[in-house]
Amino acid sequence: MSYVTKSPWVIHYDGSSCNGCDIEVLACLTPMYDVERFGIINTGNPKHADIFLVTGSVNEQNIPVIKQIYEQMPRPKVVVAIGICATSGGIFKECYNIMGGVDTVIPVDVYVPGCAARPEAIIDGVVKGLGVLAEKRAKLPAEIAEEKRQASEDAFGAGAAAETSAPETSGPETSGPETSGKEED
Amino acid sequence: MSKRTIIPFGPQHPVLPEPVHLDLVIEDERVVEAIPSIGYIHRGLEKLVEKREYTEMVYVIERVCGICSFGHGWGYCKSVEGNMEIVVPERAEYLRCIWHELSRIHSHLLWLGLLADGFGFESLFMHSWRIRESILDIFEKTTGGRVIFSVCKLGGVRKDISAEGLAEIAGILEGIKGELTELTEVFLEDYSVKNRLVGVGKLSYSDAVELCTVGPMARASGVVQDIRLDGHGAYGKLDFAPVTEEAGDCYARCKVRIREVFQSIAMITQAIAQIPEGDIAVPVKGMPQGEFVARMEQPRGEAYYYSIGNGSKFLQRMRVRTPTNMNIPAMVKTLQGCDLADVPMLILTIDPCISCTER
Ligand code: SF4
Repeated sequence: MSYVTKSPWVIHYDGSSCNGCDIEVLACLTPMYDVERFGIINTGNPKHADIFLVTGSVNEQNIPVIKQIYEQMPRPKVVVAIGICATSGGIFKECYNIMGGVDTVIPVDVYVPGCAARPEAIIDGVVKGLGVLAEKRAKLPAEIAEEKRQASEDAFGAGAAAETSAPETSGPETSGPETSGKEED
Repeated sequence: MSKRTIIPFGPQHPVLPEPVHLDLVIEDERVVEAIPSIGYIHRGLEKLVEKREYTEMVYVIERVCGICSFGHGWGYCKSVEGNMEIVVPERAEYLRCIWHELSRIHSHLLWLGLLADGFGFESLFMHSWRIRESILDIFEKTTGGRVIFSVCKLGGVRKDISAEGLAEIAGILEGIKGELTELTEVFLEDYSVKNRLVGVGKLSYSDAVELCTVGPMARASGVVQDIRLDGHGAYGKLDFAPVTEEAGDCYARCKVRIREVFQSIAMITQAIAQIPEGDIAVPVKGMPQGEFVARMEQPRGEAYYYSIGNGSKFLQRMRVRTPTNMNIPAMVKTLQGCDLADVPMLILTIDPCISCTER
């Protein structure tokens, strides 16, 4: 890829990682790797994000959080699972509180292996995610039209007033980023 | 009297990369109470001792936390080595000290960056992390990994560092000193930084003792406590004194950590000058039997590693008690009565490592 045609904003959530992958995600943003020069920004707000970076695997307690963040992200959205934990559970796979990779909860588009995943690999994953994002964006109008058609059909079928609901942002509650006193820069 | 409101803070929020949840009970802008709830990243890795052989368990324990990964690996090895009465060669002890102190530098720089990010000083954050990369380069060169490097094993270490390598490390550390001094000036002298830190989140000496705080958090309140003083590993042969401050506020905690970075550089330089030739590991034979508690001074404070063996290749029980666990009560204490805008600062200054806490 010679040109980056889109500067995605990313959101990061730590499932149950050991921090190794998290600090590598942050390392991508800092001077050595500096993806910010391409306009890639780490945002705390799911509604601003295009790419969801998840590190660590899922457990009973963080499933709602991961789902909420995912649902709050506007479409098109891409999920990148970072590290072997997020991919499959990795070294902790047999722990009693680990349910497996992130794909057990939300659809994952790109997997970045490694323990810890290296910043180069993470950047590669995000670039790959950009391709997926472009594909998804191209498909989006058709998808939305289909959903609208479906919705109106359902409404007529049920005999109720036709109500075409916008498909995105279904989570009404926020998971708290707005309340921290420092929202985003 | 104003109405009380509860503000949920986290688990996903921009201050920390890790999930922690706090319910902040506020009255106007003042926090009256903070109720932490943890458990978002509990994995239950202690139980893995039943499925992993005691020699393999090192890899799991290293992943208690990716930041002080080496220290955790060492702590576990120390505990099992104590159990099996293994005497580690001197060179290995020195090498362990060098890597452990390098981890401390990297951890503290990471924290300084997050702190700067917390009070909104982005360029300072970037500079701290830039300097930190040179430490990670050392790790990569000497061990092959950047954050998790599995170089510590039972009976010693896996890799040796050549004399040239050691000289290079000393050179790199000497080189970053200048940059660190510049950074220090901003952290400790800058007017706006001081405004955010001085007098914020005071923890008195008696509170620090009563709430069992550990590490830099305790030392910033004047408690002299540093497990390295017991002289384990090669620490007995290095000349150092614990860094303490009296004020107990955020500024003091920042100062303690900055001074510790310089202290660690001095310790590594000493270790490099003294390191003897010799083996880097001894073979491990037999099975662990009996119990042993090892204590380590991690970048965040004292950590405990308890192991009990029953003569089989699986340990009966392994327990890790990590520093953040001990510092959370102090954090809750300092949060009471603070301004809402200072909450990120106060959470950050205990240098929380949630993944350690919950394991
Ligand atoms: S993949 Fe490895 S480094 Fe990353 S979170 Fe999991 S255990 Fe930690």
